[in-house]
Amino acid sequence: MLPLFVAIPLGVGFLLPLIEEFRERTRLFAVTVLLETGLLLALSLVKFGEKSIYRLGGWPPPIGINYVLDGLSSLVLVVISGIAFVTVLFAMTYMSKYENLGKFYGLFSLMLAGMYGVALTGDVFNMYVYLEVAAISSYALVGFNRGAEELEASFKYLIMGAVGSVFILLGIAFLYGSVGSLNIADISVRVSEVSDQSFILLSTALFIVGFGLKAAFIPFHSWLPDAHSSAPTPISAMLSGVLIKVLGVYALSRILFNGLNLPSLTPQLLTWIGAGSMFIGGMIALGQNDLKRLLAYSSISQMGYITLGLGMGGIFISQGKPAIATLALIGGLFHLVNHATYKSLLFLFSGGVERIFGTRDLSKIGGITRVSPVSGATGTIGTLSISGVPPFNGFWSKLVIVIAAIWGGLYPIAGIVLFTSAITLAYYLKVQRELFLGEVVGEIADKGKISPGIYVPLLILAICCIGLGLLYLPEIRGIVLKPAALALQEGSEYTQLVLGL
Amino acid sequence: MLTYLLAFILFAVGLYSVINKRNLIKIIMGIIIMEHAVNAFLILIGYRISGKAPILEKGTSVTEFVNSAMDPLPQALVITSIVISLGVVALMVALAVRLYQHYGTFDITEIRKLRG
Repeated sequence: MLPLFVAIPLGVGFLLPLIEEFRERTRLFAVTVLLETGLLLALSLVKFGEKSIYRLGGWPPPIGINYVLDGLSSLVLVVISGIAFVTVLFAMTYMSKYENLGKFYGLFSLMLAGMYGVALTGDVFNMYVYLEVAAISSYALVGFNRGAEELEASFKYLIMGAVGSVFILLGIAFLYGSVGSLNIADISVRVSEVSDQSFILLSTALFIVGFGLKAAFIPFHSWLPDAHSSAPTPISAMLSGVLIKVLGVYALSRILFNGLNLPSLTPQLLTWIGAGSMFIGGMIALGQNDLKRLLAYSSISQMGYITLGLGMGGIFISQGKPAIATLALIGGLFHLVNHATYKSLLFLFSGGVERIFGTRDLSKIGGITRVSPVSGATGTIGTLSISGVPPFNGFWSKLVIVIAAIWGGLYPIAGIVLFTSAITLAYYLKVQRELFLGEVVGEIADKGKISPGIYVPLLILAICCIGLGLLYLPEIRGIVLKPAALALQEGSEYTQLVLGL
Repeated sequence: MLTYLLAFILFAVGLYSVINKRNLIKIIMGIIIMEHAVNAFLILIGYRISGKAPILEKGTSVTEFVNSAMDPLPQALVITSIVISLGVVALMVALAVRLYQHYGTFDITEIRKLRG
């Protein structure tokens, strides 16, 4: 069953551009991709919580490549499939005026195939290949409109992404040279027996730089605001909601936690990178006037929370406090799920705003709630969730992270988290004031009509934003998030699953 | 040891070119140089002085083969990574051509419609 996650989108991604050469069937393409993502969503929900491995070609793990489904990857699969399904639902209406939709949906499917591959594979080099599949299709998708700005953003993203990939490949080369294996589980067994640890540390540093470029941690973030604001709206939602998480944070933590058994000082480094990204991204977002750029900088800031949660988990593991470590990891992963829902909601909403007013400049527009009450309401839910207002999901995940930081004695970290929360609230209050409340400002380009195809996906995501707060309850958290956190924490469990030791 | 160092000097040359050059084509060439440096390094990891090609012939015992042949895995990795870098380079060149059509220049400091 596991290879289907890669095979289905790969096949669709190959066929659609081919069919388009002979016949332009826009509606058919959209429905095909919707069915594909719906099927994958169903499949990932059925498979949720299952633990299994699949050996490609029947070769046993240390020799052949294997796909691993454990708590963490099943959580990530559900997030990818859910966001992809809603995004395609939105794109069916939103993208219908564009040309070359066969290529659009083809590249979209290829990107999905790459992300599923990264989430499932248990082999470092195979992960690099899937990462490149997802990254190359996302470079092309960012420049899909072929305007001057889109091409510029795409080129910038491509250069930074290519440098990141080269660093990752160099890291893999050092890892293979010193450990002699590419299988993540096998690496974790062999890595402690290596006499000279300096090359392991070097490859860890290269991985942090390489995946940091993909995940847009703060010194490496400069491509993200351009790429995310220039891409077509459904792609912005996919990039911000899923791609940077799967290619950046998930891949990095899989290698560091499960493969290299957390080399010394890396958890501290991750925590401080997370804290820095969170704070600086938030500060820059305060000064933005373009709605999509503001959302993009806020993505950098929110990615900081996720990284910080995982990094703190690592610190507590190395200090020998397993219970707090689990809580911190749960906080990071909970925030990953939450950020995927509300950030894609807000990006899709910004596409709707652009449809109505013809611009995204916050100083020129206003009064969205009067023009379109439904999309105004969903946008409000999104902004309240992301700024951490109590009944919505963003509050609960931040609460878990703060509790873990205080319980574990990392008071400065808890202070930074709370302060950044206040900054987040500040810039989303600015959005509230400029965009939602008050009289209608600006010319209404599309006569204020928003079709159900635009607001139904927004409604689905808004309901998710409210409903996902339930994950805070210990019973539900224990079923959904705890297996994922334990998959990172208990490295031996992963090794046992793959190698059967 | 010297060959390893040469691979790293090549890598540094590529990185310098990506960071410091203003011409799009030179930046693309920098990426290509970096990718080739890493490929050369991967090949060097599996290299063995006066080693044989990693093909198991009839009549050779497995232990003798293991002690004399080169490591085939890095070679397989390099072929894959060359194919990937071909795709990346093709996309980069296509984008550079499109950018030239829009801006009439390859100078990165003049291609600046987006604010940082």
